[in-house]
Amino acid sequence: MLLSVYPLVMSLYYSFTEFNPITAPRWVGMENYKSLFQDPRFYKSLGNTCFYAFVATPVNLLTALLLASIVSKNFKARGMVRTIFFLPSVIPMVAATMVWIWMFDPTYGFINNFLKLFGIEGPAWLINPDTTMWALIMMGTWCTGTTMLVCLAALQDVPRSYYESAELDGANAIQRFIFITLPCTAHVIVYQAILNLINAFQYFTQVYVITTASGGNTSGASGGPENSILMYPLYLFHNAFIYQKMGKASAMAWILLLMVGALTAVMVKLSNKAVSNAGGE
Amino acid sequence: MHPMKRRMKNWAFALAVLALSAVFLSPFLVMLTTSFKTMEDAFMIPVKILPREFTIKNYSAAVNKIPYFQYMGNTALITVLSLAGELLVVPMVAYSLARIKWKGAKLISGLLMATMMIPYTVTMIPLYRTWHALGLTKTYVPLIAPHFAGHAYYIIILRQFMAGLPNSLFEAAKIDGANEVQRYLNLALPLCKPALTTVGIYTFIAAWSDYLGPLIYINRKERMTLSLGLQQFLNEFTVDWTLLMAAAMIFVIPVVLLFFIFQRNFVEGVSTAGLKA
Repeated sequence: MLLSVYPLVMSLYYSFTEFNPITAPRWVGMENYKSLFQDPRFYKSLGNTCFYAFVATPVNLLTALLLASIVSKNFKARGMVRTIFFLPSVIPMVAATMVWIWMFDPTYGFINNFLKLFGIEGPAWLINPDTTMWALIMMGTWCTGTTMLVCLAALQDVPRSYYESAELDGANAIQRFIFITLPCTAHVIVYQAILNLINAFQYFTQVYVITTASGGNTSGASGGPENSILMYPLYLFHNAFIYQKMGKASAMAWILLLMVGALTAVMVKLSNKAVSNAGGE
Repeated sequence: MHPMKRRMKNWAFALAVLALSAVFLSPFLVMLTTSFKTMEDAFMIPVKILPREFTIKNYSAAVNKIPYFQYMGNTALITVLSLAGELLVVPMVAYSLARIKWKGAKLISGLLMATMMIPYTVTMIPLYRTWHALGLTKTYVPLIAPHFAGHAYYIIILRQFMAGLPNSLFEAAKIDGANEVQRYLNLALPLCKPALTTVGIYTFIAAWSDYLGPLIYINRKERMTLSLGLQQFLNEFTVDWTLLMAAAMIFVIPVVLLFFIFQRNFVEGVSTAGLKA
């Protein structure tokens, strides 16, 4: 327990100091926070992370629900299909990211060549700053297997009889989804939304691999084309281990902690409301 | 419903499932096929999915280009020690939280849930400083030692499992004169095997795939793990994707094998922890 509380307190203290890995922390008061609030890259990274979090989370959840409702049906290859949907979530992130970088290659990549079959000229995914974020969102959706499994378990808890009587009343698939599936799984969905958001705020490995690969940037601190995928944790890492401004990085860490905490609190409130609206569970 | 209409619907469903499966499988297919392509094949327009000329040379070239087996050994060492730590500590902590009545067990359980929410980025710098002060930043200790404290999430999984074991068993053992340690070793541990397996697989995959940890603490080339080592393929001016995909395949295969062997534990672990936590 001490192992997690001690770093937390130290991190707060460090955020008011200035030091690099070798020197001792020197008290600088609010300097770090002040410099952050004047740093355009801080806002850029915050904006990128928020954009990713609030777009990717709903996309992932909807995909997970869709996939889960498919494998909750009874059909022959059900087990195999479930495995196919889940497998991306277990393979090492670094390897997965590298495959995706290759697939996103504008000329030789799988995606643009696939699009070409339909006469679509695909964009330069990881080179054009307008598309980089969408590339990340696609990658994230591919890895939604864990959320899918939890949704699947939740779906299987919904009583069959609800669907049967709704079908008798003539409700179509979309109506059944909105009026039965969603309310009955609301508590699980909200919890998964919280986890997805928290994960989004810690999004690091993928962008680190992508930005160092498309490098040429010798300092090693790249945020992708026009910093379009400079995620908050990536910029924090740059500050701590490349610019060696560990005090500033600690200040970023605490801002992150407060944001994640606030977000979680709001989501828990929402979830209590959603669950009580759904008739309490 | 009209039988004709029903059949149409089934076909549509099958088609949708097939298409989605293809989408989710495509990165694996790309990795697999690229790893067997010659360089000319991979960079040929129009791109063909299957290699024109099937080659396994990429695999031997990939493991020679970087000290692959050394990296694999490093990764395996870290993974095995991490595994030992979690499997030793997690059940002990879980047992004391689930089966021994003591003041504060509830509080600790609550705190555990809270620590799960703390982003690693927040604790990263103080931890780095601590390891630096101890002079251990150039060793594997910072990567392994935390596993000997037990991961909060795994403790929660196991605590839930242990709390669900029938009380009567433990009462009976007590009457037979088994002390706490004996009850833990001879009763709780064997019964927890499914949950322990789940924790073991999660730990294995997390340690095997870890990136940020090695990135911070490993700074010498010969001590790198595979996740870091693969990066070297990307640092070139023109990336040889056929080699990189071969290297990635070897890196991914142990995880995929493990997944297929223990798929049940996986699925159950994810869904129970996700629903109850």
